[in-house]
Amino acid sequence: MNLRPRIPSGPLANKWDNHKFRIKLVNPANRRKYRVIVVGSGLAGGSAAASLGELGYNVLCFCYQDSPRRAHSIAAQGGINASKNYQNDGDSDYRLFYDTIKGGDYRSREANVYRLAQLSGNIIDQCVAQGVPFAREYGGLLANRSFGGAQVSRTFYARGQTGQQLLLGAYNALSRQIGLGQVKMYNRHEMLDLVLVNGHAKGIVTRNLVTGQIESWSADAVILATGGYSNVFFLSTNAAGCNVTAAFRAYKQGAGFANPCYTQIHPTCIPQAGDHQSKLTLMSESLRNDGRVWVPKDAGDCQKEPREIAEEDRDYYLERKYPSFGNLAPRDISSRSAKEACDDGRGVGPGGQGVYLDFSDAISRLGRSTIEERYGNLFEMYERITGENAYDRPMRIYPALHYTMGGLWVDYNLQSTIPGCFVLGEANFSDHGANRLGASALMQGLADGYFIIPYTLANYLAETGAGAPSTDGREFKDVEAGVKARIDRLLSANGKRSARSFHMELGKIVWEYCGMARNAAGLQKGLELIPSLREEFWSDLRVTGQGEELNMELERAGRVADFLEFGELMMRDALDRDESCGGHFREEHQTKEGEAVRDDENFTNVSVWEYKGEKAPPVKHTEDLHFEDVSPSVRSYK
Amino acid sequence: MKLNLKIWRQKNSAVTGRLVDYQLDDVSPDSSFLEMLDLLNEQLVSEGEEPVAFDHDCREGICGTCSLNINGIPHGPQKATTTCQLHMRHFEDGETIVIEPFRAKPFPVISDLIIDRSAFEGITQAGGFITARTGSAPDGNSIAVRKNIAEKAMDAASCIGCGACVAACKNASAMLYVGAKVSHLNLLPQGAAEKDRRVLSMVWQMDRAGFGNCTNYGECSAVCPKEIPLDVIAKMNRDYAVATVKNIFTQAM
Ligand SMILES: Cc1cc2nc3c(=O)[nH]c(=O)nc-3n(C[C@H](O)[C@H](O)[C@H](O)COP(=O)(O)OP(=O)(O)OC[C@H]3O[C@@H](n4cnc5c(N)ncnc54)[C@H](O)[C@@H]3O)c2cc1C
Ligand code: FES
Repeated sequence: MNLRPRIPSGPLANKWDNHKFRIKLVNPANRRKYRVIVVGSGLAGGSAAASLGELGYNVLCFCYQDSPRRAHSIAAQGGINASKNYQNDGDSDYRLFYDTIKGGDYRSREANVYRLAQLSGNIIDQCVAQGVPFAREYGGLLANRSFGGAQVSRTFYARGQTGQQLLLGAYNALSRQIGLGQVKMYNRHEMLDLVLVNGHAKGIVTRNLVTGQIESWSADAVILATGGYSNVFFLSTNAAGCNVTAAFRAYKQGAGFANPCYTQIHPTCIPQAGDHQSKLTLMSESLRNDGRVWVPKDAGDCQKEPREIAEEDRDYYLERKYPSFGNLAPRDISSRSAKEACDDGRGVGPGGQGVYLDFSDAISRLGRSTIEERYGNLFEMYERITGENAYDRPMRIYPALHYTMGGLWVDYNLQSTIPGCFVLGEANFSDHGANRLGASALMQGLADGYFIIPYTLANYLAETGAGAPSTDGREFKDVEAGVKARIDRLLSANGKRSARSFHMELGKIVWEYCGMARNAAGLQKGLELIPSLREEFWSDLRVTGQGEELNMELERAGRVADFLEFGELMMRDALDRDESCGGHFREEHQTKEGEAVRDDENFTNVSVWEYKGEKAPPVKHTEDLHFEDVSPSVRSYK
Repeated sequence: MKLNLKIWRQKNSAVTGRLVDYQLDDVSPDSSFLEMLDLLNEQLVSEGEEPVAFDHDCREGICGTCSLNINGIPHGPQKATTTCQLHMRHFEDGETIVIEPFRAKPFPVISDLIIDRSAFEGITQAGGFITARTGSAPDGNSIAVRKNIAEKAMDAASCIGCGACVAACKNASAMLYVGAKVSHLNLLPQGAAEKDRRVLSMVWQMDRAGFGNCTNYGECSAVCPKEIPLDVIAKMNRDYAVATVKNIFTQAM
């Protein structure tokens, strides 16, 4: 497997400029001769398809929703980072770069992260020009807020709907290109496989989700921007349709999958109310500025009304364990502490999977109206979902799966190990290392789509020349046949259990053994459980209906089948990475205070997994990470 | 809770549909409306019957995918709430609930509760954007936007494109949806250059797609899960009138 990162030479700050000058261009008159497939219409795919359309390429864009505007980027709340230094508080490209590398626990590539920081300002400019209604100061200039992991105020936001507004900006630009005929949009189409011709990605096979028709599409290059895989956990903050299918199919066709075990947990989500639950909802972490986290000291008090539990019978465990950071301890630490309290039998609410986030002190100190002003919409959302009023009764929160740093391996050009297959946004592994800082995913998706891929794709296209193959070729027919065979297999299992029930069971396994904290014994257990669940899936699955019609059970079954294989890969990677770093916490590697302990000597690298067929285990390759401008230090929040 | 459901079943767009009765026991009052349907579907699958097809994705009220007529009201009885955010505790034990797709001529039914909202896409493609080629933008702070204008634009921009407004309107008018987009972009200084063109193209496309006229019932805004105000329609009408006059004038010259 070729893992050459293709990092340009020269000083860090000049690499991208040098690279842009050195790589090849496609002359404007020739661009229309090229056809490019973009799978995904979120921030990464939407911005890429719009920008490539503007440049004059023929773009085919696919998404599984009924409109490109509904990609899950729409749900991002908090904001987007940029090193504009509009606040005059000492921000710079270098500082954003440094914070991101450090936040990622020194498991990302310097050159990529520096480029991301350099492009962050252009993103804001672009979005403002498109009419994204960012928050403003009274003077009419752009406002900023602070976010975790940074000492400067560099986050741009549009109320609590930043993702929505950025996505609508990209969607509008994309719509313009669709109107002009430059982009052809295929909504309600799910990519089910990637097609390689002579070792290069030259097309995809999709299923039309309305008619069930299986179709092949060919192009000069394929861009995957299909989002993250949090839904392997069944319950996550992702949308119901988010899946690993597109990325996993590419993996099976030869693309390396990097660091699948790097997943991020968000500490302030609304806990699960019961087995009926289909997703978890995130609430802004800003709540922890005024709320105090506690559980009863005595497990026997858990069923009591919280107000009846006396002050001295409460354990404000974050304040106790981390006196200097208290309730504002970082995401991973506060998530793990909540789990510990619940594992100790002191969790509250249904199933004992929750801790209190109590605002009564803040309300008596600042008054209810101040709290209402600060968090009114969040309290409303909480009440809508739980039916409880958090002004009178402490909120219940619990951590949930939220983001996946792992993804398809890409080089500096965002090209996977398959030539011609590029991967953007959350679907790649590129910039966040073992942990992503808040407000950085939106930035990365848009940097990839607006400002990187237009250059690096041109280089590839110029090298290979125009000429999308015919879909009548053997390669397409073979992949199509494989897709159809798999669908038939799903439809003919003739068992008794729904795909959803398997998904739920898988979710419980990965959450238990590969969630917030992991250890070798648990991972080994999980690695035994998943294959047997998968076997049961294929023998006891029931999918109603036919293939040639709208069939949501079939859609789900296909996604769950991939999660059942992917979950195993994730656990394998977690077992293999015998260190703690960022979101990957191995209980064997922690300090007395419960901080993660990295093993830089053995693990300053990227783990990249190569598929070796159904019968053989995947093989791990590594890309070594080199730190020339920063030196890895211990992440401390004492 | 126990529920009696009357659900619209329609295999595909080529056949006619009908309401079918279902009984559901053991619904948790804490579940959402869609989770209640998940439960029904699990029950149907276990009986070997075809589950009810419905659209959904984010399940947190922001993507605009979910779209049900619940007891005749788009997104159901709770104000400012999408179907996916509606919870069963707002219904009575033993209640009968009628569940249908959004009803509007420009939104044909695809299957069961799923509708085709592509008509909205065409309107955005016709003019719902600010032309700003990637890479051509000036520094973000070179364009000052008055705070109150930015806030108003944001109010309009919070539309999730679900189509409840169209479904609630006797005329199947899309004026609230189009008005929201026009207001968002036309209010901002960045959108000024294309202001006239935008409103004309979008309104023309809206008419071509078969959406009806606005006769001021105001149902659209009443069911809107994001409470988009009726002002956006007034703003669009004003911009449209001005643009039409200018258009006639330039054509005459
Ligand atoms: C609740 C929530 C809040 C967040 N808040 C923030 C925040 O404040 N700041 C921040 O920086 N980040 C935030 N994030 C993270 C961020 O939103 C995402 O990482 C980012 O938006 C992902 O964008 P994307 O374009 O890579 O993928 P997505 O937006 O998920 O888009 C994926 C696209 O791929 C398509 N697709 C997927 N699979 C297939 C297939 N098989 N066939 C065809 N099409 C397919 C989908 O239709 C969709 O169009 C948040 C995430 C969540 C869940
Ligand atoms: S499912 Fe996204 S708004 Fe309801």
